Amino acid sequence: MAGSTPVSLSADAPASPQLAVQPRKARSISPALETWRRFRRHTLAVTGAIVLLILVSGVLLGPYVWPVAINDIDFAAKLQGPSLAHPLGTDDLGQDLLARMMYGGRISLAVGFAAMLVALTVGVLVGSVAGMASGWLDAALMWLTDLFLALPTLPLLLLVMYLFRDSMKKVLGVEGGAFVLIVVVIGGLRWMPVARLVRAQFLSLREKEFVEAARALGASKVRQVVQHILPNALGPVIVVGTIDVAAAIIFESTLSFLGLGFPSDVPTWGSMLRDAKDYLDIAAHWALFPGGAIFLTVLAINFIGDGLRDAFDPRRVL
Amino acid sequence: MNRQYIIRRILIAIPSLLGISVILFGVLAMAPGDPFEELATNPAIPPEVRMALRAKFGLDDPVWQRYLHWFSAMVQGDWGFSFQSRMDVDRLILQRLPVTLIVIGASQLLAISVAIPVGVLAAIKPYSIFDQIASTFAMIGFSLPTFFTGLVLILVFSIQLDWLPFVYRADINATGWAFYGEHIKQSIMPVVVLGLAQAGTLVRFMRSSVLDVIRLDYVTTARSKGIGERKVIVRHVVRNALIPVVTLIALQLPAVFGGAIVTEQIFRVPGIGSLLIAAILANDTPVVMGITFVISCLVVLFNLIADILYGWLDPRISFR
Repeated sequence: MAGSTPVSLSADAPASPQLAVQPRKARSISPALETWRRFRRHTLAVTGAIVLLILVSGVLLGPYVWPVAINDIDFAAKLQGPSLAHPLGTDDLGQDLLARMMYGGRISLAVGFAAMLVALTVGVLVGSVAGMASGWLDAALMWLTDLFLALPTLPLLLLVMYLFRDSMKKVLGVEGGAFVLIVVVIGGLRWMPVARLVRAQFLSLREKEFVEAARALGASKVRQVVQHILPNALGPVIVVGTIDVAAAIIFESTLSFLGLGFPSDVPTWGSMLRDAKDYLDIAAHWALFPGGAIFLTVLAINFIGDGLRDAFDPRRVL
Repeated sequence: MNRQYIIRRILIAIPSLLGISVILFGVLAMAPGDPFEELATNPAIPPEVRMALRAKFGLDDPVWQRYLHWFSAMVQGDWGFSFQSRMDVDRLILQRLPVTLIVIGASQLLAISVAIPVGVLAAIKPYSIFDQIASTFAMIGFSLPTFFTGLVLILVFSIQLDWLPFVYRADINATGWAFYGEHIKQSIMPVVVLGLAQAGTLVRFMRSSVLDVIRLDYVTTARSKGIGERKVIVRHVVRNALIPVVTLIALQLPAVFGGAIVTEQIFRVPGIGSLLIAAILANDTPVVMGITFVISCLVVLFNLIADILYGWLDPRISFR
């Protein structure tokens, strides 16, 4: 066996000069720092992160810089293109599009992150239970996961919105009801890939030596999962979570575009597009700005997800 | 191919269809709203009559009994009556379904015929300029929401260039070739919108699948036997790389139906997607339930077909 693989520095070459230098070169680098170093080299992902940062801060801080009401109706200035008074133009009621875009962006991003958290929570829970419990419970949970994967998401989303919208409105108010319903339903229909991923990770990790060592030291099942297995399974989960934010933003915009998301007086990017689609010939800017914003946000998040995927994969050489 | 495998797959599909029907019924049963709510507030109707009516229509039955009743009606094709369109729901859906299937089929064909060559070419030379451009465009296609692509295409090709009509018309007064020409012309934009969204995802699948296969030893063997590179790629690599892609295409179907709903709504294509939206806005519950059920069944059916195809393409699967 010795000498059969000349490429690797194995134990039979302790005197080699490279190895002698090793101790000085090998500074300890935490996995997080290593991941960040890999991520930094992914130009498109870094660009995506910067674009997303600009979008998020613009949406959050913008209203302080541009304090125009979202429902300030001015018929004298309706359907105008971009100008100094209205940097992104106005809609058919003369309402300022920049102010409405910032308001809608807050909703879209909030829905995206909240739905991602719901999907991750459910997915990690189902996946880790299935991954730890082999046998009938695992089989049943995976059957449920596959069943949910075969459900047509958008029709079901529309059905639930249609059936529950009015009663949620009564309980939680107009905006709150729509927000909770959309987040729960999108999250509830997006957890399956997370669950499958977590289960697959658990199946391989729970047989590893370090988990066995923890088990031998008397760690309870919960402690094995929380302290040892879950942290090691988290990389791919974060990647899927990132992409889920983008998917949730698209779903929310689609619902609003079809008139079944937030109520029509709440400006979201999707509902602005729906209102604008009848004025495409005279006021194209009205559709292009919110549509472009959705596209830019989703693209930026997807590139970040791509960069994270490469960064978390230790086998990959950049 | 092995018949046992097909039977096993069909037997697996039945419980998932039942599971889906339970979920749909559960959503409907949990939904608030009582059909006899009006009677409760009407002083002319005594409570005993209301109770008798509830008992007659089975509203007080236990949930499982109501589910069985509902499910047997669905299986027998008794899907209710659409108050909006004044006809039976099953006839209404059957009338609209072919258009949707044609649009989805054409867009899938477009997506596959674009994505496979692009994905293969990108994977043959990974990290080349072509690969980077293709991957970036795939990412853009995958990030563009269908409703925005649709509006941009309308803006460019209908409003600016005036080449294509943006409203789909079922009543074209032309005959012969002109009739088909008009139909094709008005189908271009919906098909392209739906196809491009799919192509983005497919390019990524195809690229990674080819990258997985191209490293395998049998490809090196084929090359060392002196087979031309072109033949190695087409006959040896792509054939095997396509196998996992078949399943991935089937898994994408729920998303395709979602895209079809949006696309039909934008271009006013008279398929089941636009019917679903119209029914929701008009509170036409039997139609909404019927369409959701049909789409779920179609997804399960296509998954079954993909599973069977998978077993045929890769015989190892069917002997597991």
